[in-house]
Amino acid sequence: MAKTLYDKVWQAHIVDQIGEDSLIYIDRHLIHEVTSPQAFAGLNEKGRKVRRPDRTIATMDHSISTRSLALDACGPQNQLQLQTLAKNCDEHNIQLFPVGHQKQGIVHVMGPEQGLILPGMTVVCGDSHTATHGAFGALAFGIGTSQVEHVLATQTLKQSRAKTMQIRVDGKLATGITAKDIILAIIGRIGHAGATGHVIEYCGEAIESLTMEERMTICNMSIEAGAKAGMIAPDETTFRYLEGREYAPKGQDWEAAIAYWKTLKTDEGAQFDAVVELNGNDIAPQVTWGTNPGQVMAVDAPVPAPEDFSDPIERESAKKALAYMGLNAGDKLSDVAVSHVFIGSCTNGRIEDLRAAAHIASKGKVADSVTAIVVPGSGQVKRQAEEEGLDKIFEAAGFEWRLPGCSMCLGMNDDILTAGDRCASTSNRNFEGRQGRGARTHLVSPAMAAAAALRGHFADVRDFQE
Amino acid sequence: MSTEHQGFSVHKGRACPLDQANVDTDQIIPKQFLTGVTRAGYGKHLFHDWRYLDLHEQEPNPEFELNKPEYQGASILLARENFGCGSSREHAPWALADFGFAVIIATSFADIFYGNCINNQLLPVALNSAQMDQLFAAVAADPGVEITVDLPAQQVVAGSLTFGFELAEHHKNNLLKGLDAIGQTLELAPQIEAYEQQQPAWL
Repeated sequence: MAKTLYDKVWQAHIVDQIGEDSLIYIDRHLIHEVTSPQAFAGLNEKGRKVRRPDRTIATMDHSISTRSLALDACGPQNQLQLQTLAKNCDEHNIQLFPVGHQKQGIVHVMGPEQGLILPGMTVVCGDSHTATHGAFGALAFGIGTSQVEHVLATQTLKQSRAKTMQIRVDGKLATGITAKDIILAIIGRIGHAGATGHVIEYCGEAIESLTMEERMTICNMSIEAGAKAGMIAPDETTFRYLEGREYAPKGQDWEAAIAYWKTLKTDEGAQFDAVVELNGNDIAPQVTWGTNPGQVMAVDAPVPAPEDFSDPIERESAKKALAYMGLNAGDKLSDVAVSHVFIGSCTNGRIEDLRAAAHIASKGKVADSVTAIVVPGSGQVKRQAEEEGLDKIFEAAGFEWRLPGCSMCLGMNDDILTAGDRCASTSNRNFEGRQGRGARTHLVSPAMAAAAALRGHFADVRDFQE
Repeated sequence: MSTEHQGFSVHKGRACPLDQANVDTDQIIPKQFLTGVTRAGYGKHLFHDWRYLDLHEQEPNPEFELNKPEYQGASILLARENFGCGSSREHAPWALADFGFAVIIATSFADIFYGNCINNQLLPVALNSAQMDQLFAAVAADPGVEITVDLPAQQVVAGSLTFGFELAEHHKNNLLKGLDAIGQTLELAPQIEAYEQQQPAWL
C-alpha cells in the first residue's frame, strides 16, 4: 500500500503495539534547562537511570542572558535552573553545551547545525518548537516534562498514530517573500488550531526550492497551526546540508544512510486525511495583527474588522485581540509605529535570517524611536555572522548585537517589554503578554523586522528592493 | 509520573466559566514562573496576567472569573476551542491542578496540553460547541450548580443536562488506575533492546 512519509518514519519506530497505542523508539532527545529539572528529579526519586545518554544532548538557551556569559546574570532562580541542568547532565553522563561553549545555542538551531538531526529520525524535546526538525524528514515533536522523564528512562514514548495533512505550495515566491511569509500565510489560511491532531507534510515547488534553513522556519511554526509535527521529504538540498557536519554519518555509513534517506518520501497515490493548497505566487509579506499566529494579514491590507469573521468565536477573538493590540479595523500598518524590533529565535535566528535582515539594515539607520536587538540563534551563527561582518552592519545601523539564546521570543531572561510597547518580532508567538505583560507582538520575517526598525513603523520590504 | 497517583474516578464540583477560545499556556502560566526546578507551587501564579492587576500579585482583578465570589472553590474549569495551545510547558497543568482544578471541560484542546493533563491526573473533557453553550448557560444561571464528571461512565451531568464524552481507552485507563507509566514501559525492556539491536550503526 502506498505510504506517506509520516507513515514510513512512524512504522520504522514501532517497538511494540499496546492496544491502539504504539511504543515508539526515540532516536534523538534534546534537552534544556526549563523543562528537564523535574524529569531528572523524578528519575532520581525512583533510582532510575538515563537509558541512552549517547542519544541525549543538552544545551542552555531559555533562561540565559544575552548580555553576559555569567549564569547569575538573570538572577538566582535562573542561575539555579542552569546549575541544575549542569549537575543533572554531569550525574547522568549527558553531553551539555553550556553558556559560553562554542556549540551552545537555541536547542533547535544547535541540533541541526551540529548534524544531530538526520532524515527518518524520531526527535523529541520538552519544547513545542521541536517541530523545526521535521525539515530533515524527521518525525519531531514537542513533549511535556513527564514525557521527558519517560524518554530519559526508556528512550521510548507511548503514542497514537496522528492524522495526516498535506500542504502543497506551488508556484514561485515573489522577490522579498520568505519562508516566514509562507508559514504565516498557511496558518492564516487553516487557522491557529487548523492542524490539531495532524502531522503536516509540506510539499510543492515553492517548498522544494527552499534552503534547509528556510525549511526549518516552515516546520518550526507547524505547532502554531496546532499540528503534532511538520515534515518535508529529504532531498539533495538536505543531503548537501548534512554532509560533513560533526554528528552526521561519514564514509561508508554516509553512503548507507543516503540510500535509506532516498526512500523517505510519500509514495505516489498515498492518501492524506486532509489536503490544503496554496499558490506561492500570491503570497505577500505577512504581519500578524492579533494575539494568535492565525490572526495575520498581508502588509498592504487594512486591519480587519471583527464583523469580517462569520464564525462567532473568531469574531469575539478578533474583537478582544484588536483591543489588546490597540488597533482599529481599517488601520494601515504603515501608520502603526513600533517601539521595538527583535531579530532572532528558533524560527528566524539562523545565518540566512541575519543576512536578510542585515541586507535591509545596510540601507539606513534605526529610527530614533525604536530599540532594535539582534540575537543570533547559536554561538556558531554568531561567529559566522561576525566573520561576514554582519555584526558591524547591524551596529552601524543602530541595532544591538547580542549573545545567543531564546531571548525576547519569550523573555525568560531580562529581554522583556513593558505594557504598551509594540514589537516587530521574527519569533513565533504573538500571544498576549508573550514578550512582556501588556506588550504587543507582531510576527514578521527578518527583512520585514529590519524594515520596520529603519522606518519606525511597519513597512513593505518590497519597497526596499533596488 | 514520578509520583504514584490515586486514580481518577468520579468528580463532583462547581465550575468556573472562562468563556474564551485559544487560551494559551503563556496565559495559564507566564514565563517568569517557569524558572522553578520542582513541580510544586504554580497554582498561585495561574492566569497571572488576567488574575492580578499588578506584577506582585497583590491586587486581584475583580473582573476576572477566578476572582469572582460566586466561583470560589470551583474545581472544574469551562473554556472554548483550542484550550492549552502554544508552549509545551507542563507547568500549565501543574498550575491548574495546584490551584484546585480537577477537570477542564472545553470545546477542544491542543495536543501537547491534552497529553500533559493525562500525565497529571487532570481530566480534559471535550464537548461540542452546542453542549458547551448549554453548560456555560447552566453555570451562568446558577453558579452553585453541582457538576458530576463520571470518568468510568464517560459522562458529564449538570442539573438536567447529561452529556457523554469521548476519551481514548489508554488515556482512560491511565487516569482510572493512576499507573506509573515509566514502570510499565520498563517492563518492555527486552523489546526495546531488541529494537536497538537492529538499528543501523550510524544512528
